[in-house]
Amino acid sequence: MARDTKIRTRTQEGATEILVLVNHPMETGLRKDKASGKAIPAHFIQELTIELNGKPLAIASMGIGVSENPLLGFRSKVAKNGDKLKISWKDNKGEASTAEAVVDA
Amino acid sequence: MTLINRRTFLKGTVAGSVLAVAASAGLLTPTRVLAAAWPAAAFDAKTIDDALKGLYGTSAAADSKAITIKAPIQAENGAVVPIAVSTSLPGVEGIAIFVQANERPLVASVALNGADGYFSARMKMGKTSDVKVVVKSGGKLHTASQQIKVTVGGCGG
Repeated sequence: MARDTKIRTRTQEGATEILVLVNHPMETGLRKDKASGKAIPAHFIQELTIELNGKPLAIASMGIGVSENPLLGFRSKVAKNGDKLKISWKDNKGEASTAEAVVDA
Repeated sequence: MTLINRRTFLKGTVAGSVLAVAASAGLLTPTRVLAAAWPAAAFDAKTIDDALKGLYGTSAAADSKAITIKAPIQAENGAVVPIAVSTSLPGVEGIAIFVQANERPLVASVALNGADGYFSARMKMGKTSDVKVVVKSGGKLHTASQQIKVTVGGCGG
């Protein structure tokens, strides 16, 4: 399944806000399949890194309490239009993805 | 009430059996090695204090008025509860969000490296609970909390 990683930037309260949306089930491992009664295995993003112009800006560690299709927001006063953003994430099953964007707030 | 009891019961038994199966198959160790930086102990912790110790090595946090939590007072859908944390504290190194009543209270923890003292996400809440935010600034922990009422829980099966 395709796991899109979308990045959007906007100006918010004098800072550049970076919004990251990842298409991911964020399965807790605590749920049961209603039809078969079997536990649904956990499948969630554990770590997501934001790099600004090649330098890490923030690293988010996530647990099973983060909602399906996580939407994370970060702010930076330093980031300006044209700066390069790179998002990379990795989940508990070893799936990983990278996305790049340019700040356009 | 029966619904809540069933939910609690399911959560307890399923969590236990999944862990037991994973441990007996030797699955836990490789996962932890792969995600070396991911603080597994903190995310597996069942209390906020234990999770904080796993994250920062201490659970001592002082109440702070410099932390603002933007979240609904009442959430209709516990599966998607928006929260935004901002703080005027200087030199913010990290922000962590906990839901007291969740089976695993730690929702997310961000390490900030030059980013502003701000973090927003959407979280799951099993039931009405206090949400606690801990901000690490200047090597110290600061905290604030807010109760969020949940009409339909978002953690059950």
